[in-house]
Order: sequence, then C-alpha cells, then structure tokens
Amino acid sequence: MGSSLGQPNVISVLFFVLFVILTLGITYWAAKKTKTSNEFYAAGRSITGLQNGLALSGDFMSAASFLGISGMVALKGYDGLIYAVGWLVGWPALMFLLAEPLRNLGKYTFADVLAVRLKQKPIRIVASIGGILVTITYSIAQIVGSGKLINLMFGLPYEFAVLIVGGVMLLYVLFGGMIATTWVQIIKACLLLFGVTLLVILSLAQFGFSLENLFSAVESKFGRSALEPGGFAASPIDSISLGLALMFGLLGLPHILMRFYTVPDAKEARKSVAYATTFIGYFYIIIPIVGFAAAVLIGREQIAGIDKGGNMAAALLAELLGGTPFLGFIAAVAFATILAVVAGLTLAAASTISHDLYFNVFTEGKATEKEEVSVAKKATVIFSIASILIGILFKDQNVAFMVGLAFAIAASGNFPALILSILWKNFSTLGGVFSILIGSISATLFIIFSPTVWVDVFKFDQAIFPLKNPAIVSMSLAFLSAFIFSKLFPDDNAIAKYESEKVRVYLGIGAE
Amino acid sequence: MKIKAHQLIESIEFKKLVRDRWTVSFVLLFFLFLNYYGFILIISLKKEWVTNKLGTGNYGLYAGASVILFSWLLTFLYVFWANRYYDQEVEVLKSKLESENK
Repeated sequence: MGSSLGQPNVISVLFFVLFVILTLGITYWAAKKTKTSNEFYAAGRSITGLQNGLALSGDFMSAASFLGISGMVALKGYDGLIYAVGWLVGWPALMFLLAEPLRNLGKYTFADVLAVRLKQKPIRIVASIGGILVTITYSIAQIVGSGKLINLMFGLPYEFAVLIVGGVMLLYVLFGGMIATTWVQIIKACLLLFGVTLLVILSLAQFGFSLENLFSAVESKFGRSALEPGGFAASPIDSISLGLALMFGLLGLPHILMRFYTVPDAKEARKSVAYATTFIGYFYIIIPIVGFAAAVLIGREQIAGIDKGGNMAAALLAELLGGTPFLGFIAAVAFATILAVVAGLTLAAASTISHDLYFNVFTEGKATEKEEVSVAKKATVIFSIASILIGILFKDQNVAFMVGLAFAIAASGNFPALILSILWKNFSTLGGVFSILIGSISATLFIIFSPTVWVDVFKFDQAIFPLKNPAIVSMSLAFLSAFIFSKLFPDDNAIAKYESEKVRVYLGIGAE
Repeated sequence: MKIKAHQLIESIEFKKLVRDRWTVSFVLLFFLFLNYYGFILIISLKKEWVTNKLGTGNYGLYAGASVILFSWLLTFLYVFWANRYYDQEVEVLKSKLESENK
C-alpha cells in the first residue's frame, strides 16, 4: 500500500495551523482575564464540571494512549487491550478517595493539601521534588515522542518539531495561564473524541458494522492467539504492579490534581470526575477496535515497517479509510494532543516552583500576588526551555519507560502522603517527608535497575530488580516509612489541626 | 440551635457523616479492586476461562470492555449516593453551624 505518510501534507498542516490560530486566539482572550494568581493557577475557579471533565480527559488522553494503544492492539492483539483497561480504573479511585477532599483543602497545588496541617517548609520542599520529578519525566516522554511522530507524519525535522511544540505551549501557559490551558484541553479532547469515533465508524463499515465480523477477520488472518491474552500476563505480580502504578499514579499526577482547583466547589469536582470517567471510558472501549481494524485492513508487517512500536497504526488506517484529508486531520489531532498535554504539565511545574517553593518557602508567604505571578511566568519560560533542550538531547533515546517512571513516582511519592494526610490523624511532618522521599527515590532506582532500563536500555544481561514496574514495592515502602516515621516522630500540631481540618474536608467550609 | 465548629465535629451526626463517607468509598473501592485485579489475575492465571468462544470472539474481549463499563458504573453509583445523601447531610450540618465560624 502506498502511503503519503511522512511527506509534508497540505491538509494536515492546514488543520494544525487552524488549531494553533484558534487556541492562540483563546490565549489572547484569556490573557486579558489572567491577572491575579487565582486566575493564573486556577482559572478564577470559574470552570464548570462538564468543562473540567473534558479538560481532565484532555490532560489524560495523551498521544501515548491514542497512538500507542491502538498500535499495541494492532501488533499484539489482546495484550494491548489489557493496557487500555488499566488506564481507566484510576478514575473511580480518584473519585472515591481524593476528588472532593482535594478541592476542599487545596488552593493551587497538591502540596497545599499536605501543608494544611503539616509543617509548611519541609513538606513543600519535598512535595515539590516529587511533583517536579513527575512532570519533567512525563513531559520529556511526551516531547521526544512528539518529535518522532511529527517527523514520521509530516516529514518535518525532529528539532524543528520540538521547537514548535515547545514554543506554542510556552505562549499558552505564559499569557493565558490556566484559563487558556483549560480551553486548549477542551478543544483537543473534543477533536480527539470526534476523530476516534469517526475512525471507528469508518472501520466498522468495512465489516458490515459487526464486531463479530471484525473478530473473525482477525482470527482468520492472525489465528486465535491474537484474540487471547499472551505474554503480557506471564508474571501476575508484574501485571498487578503495573496495575497499581496505573491506578494510583493518576492520583499523584500534579497536572491532573491541579485541575480540581479550577472548579468552584466539591460538587463540581465530583461532576468533573464523572464526566471525565465517561469520556475516557468511552475512548478506551473503542480504541481497541481501531487497533484490530488496522491489523486486518493494513497488516502487521506494514504497520511495523513504518514504526516498529506500531504508533502509526491509527494514522495509516485513517489514510486508508478517509484518504489524505482524514490522515491530515488525525495527524493534526495527534500534534494538538501532545501540545495540550505538555502545556498542562508545564503549568503544573511552574505552579509548584512559584507557589510552593518561591511563595511559601522562600518568601514565607510574604510575596505579593504580582510577584508570585511574575515568578510563575519566569518558571514557565525556564521549564519550557529546559524541556525543549532535554527533548533535543534525548533525540535517539528510547524514552518509553519514562511514562512508567512518571506513574510509578506519582503512585509511590505523591499519593501515599496525600491520602494519609486526609485519613490518618497521627500522620506527622517527618512521616510525610520520608514517605515522599523514599517513595520517589525507590521508584526511580527500581526502574533504573529493572529489565526495562537495565536490560533494554543499558544492555546488561540480567536485571537487578526483577519487576518491570516497581509500584507494588515502592508504594509499600512509602506507606511503611510514613507509618514508621510518624510513630517515631509524632507531630502534636498536626494531630491538633486534624480535627479542625475536618469541617473543611467534609463540609467544604473555609475552602477557597 | 446554632453550635460552634468544634462542637459540630464532636456531634453524632458529623461523625456518622464521616464514617458513612468513607464506608461508601471503601466499599466501592473494594469492588473496583475486585473488578480490575480479578480481571488481571484471571487472564494471567486462569487464561482458559476467558478464551472460550463467544460468537466469533471470546469472553475475554467482552470482559475487557465490561471491566471499563463496571468501573464507570461504580463512579456513577458514588455520584448518585453523594447527590442523594451526602450533599443533603452537609447542608443540614452547615445550617447548624454558627455563621461567623470559619
């Protein structure tokens, strides 16, 4: 099959330019409204539940899940589908455990929740370390992935692609803050859901709108094994560990958590998760259809021939079913997706630097609002330039493990401290500090020593740490150290504040 | 009769609210775990359970979609409970609180 993939495509460039013009227009509009720190970090708490639900799904449905999962299903069949399931199950957990308390306790960042009753300085410093580690690894994975994708799709040079992503994202965050970033996410989520739905409808049309026909076509082409679990499930502990990281990693991702401060109250926070779960659930239910259809209609060799990770399966399928215009549309959506996710990450990192480190630690809350926003903007510029440079530096590295790393650190470093500070009366400052440090450091070290890095990247024969994802061990270590250090070094102040914090957690009184 | 914040926290109604909130959360979380980790463990340990044919596909394909669907249902069960019960209780308790209290 001849494909125009990789050649500059007028339609995709047109779609993309349209997207950028539209979103920059919104940024211009948002810039006029973004003056206070409340507007910069939290969109003035003016976002509705539905809007925030869409924005949350936009933040979560990265190019990795759109292109990556459809590609995995295309090449590996059922095992790719298991992955899709794992990406959804964090959302109900987020609803049951964190959404409402988070909204009632926090102001701009997740560290606010910990700082309500623990000692400000130490807890904010370590929480920032955990938060920045997660955002930087996640955005490097996105940026390196984006450079390669754009290279494959449009034929643009890698460095140029990274510069475009970094530059446009910088404009969104710098001038429009959270208002612009939220609207970019909303538009992107709608485009993505629309594009994938259209792709599924066109695919199923080839099989008489019957899943049965699709499955039997897969079976006759690749055998029954394509529809059955294979290597993924070889080690149950490994799969459980990956599941834990996917589920609880979501509850520690700073750019997701900070979205809860953009809505006016806990009720809207609850609605946001309900909408987000609906959109994301729908997306992950239908995305395997894209993968199976691509495997049948295009063939595994052709997909793997263009990109051995299978990332081009959805794009090739779009071209086959809708010609160059549809390929252009899907390519532009993929580009927009990366742009939007990186913008969300940058805003989260900038907020941590300015709000947690500069405002609360460095000036001890004495800086004016104007100074805080100005530091946030400087942090945005520095973080963007650093991501662009690291992105270019990592050009030929395989960074797939970085998404796993981001989720493992989020699940082990951020989540245990967050949930314990809401639920456990005797949780102390040192307990929190050590839980975050030990969780993040152990997750990072175990990933380096795991088969994914030690064997696949460093080419050693034997991995030092046997599991591919360390969450099951590093999360346990984080909880254990929280318990031990809270018992050894109790914090009377934190215990006393726990009671008064309750009116705020459960009734929302005093929440900003 | 209006009461102060620290009295409210000690009240039976407030304690019940807190207990109910976490009971509902953890019961739903338990079902979520059962649903998801059950699925993961079955496909890794008892693969033959899901490879039986169902039409031209097999149980495993529909099980994957069902796990997502069931998780979504759990989320909406929580919303239903919170709208029906929790929000009302919160309003009742808030109205009892002295207005100048933080």
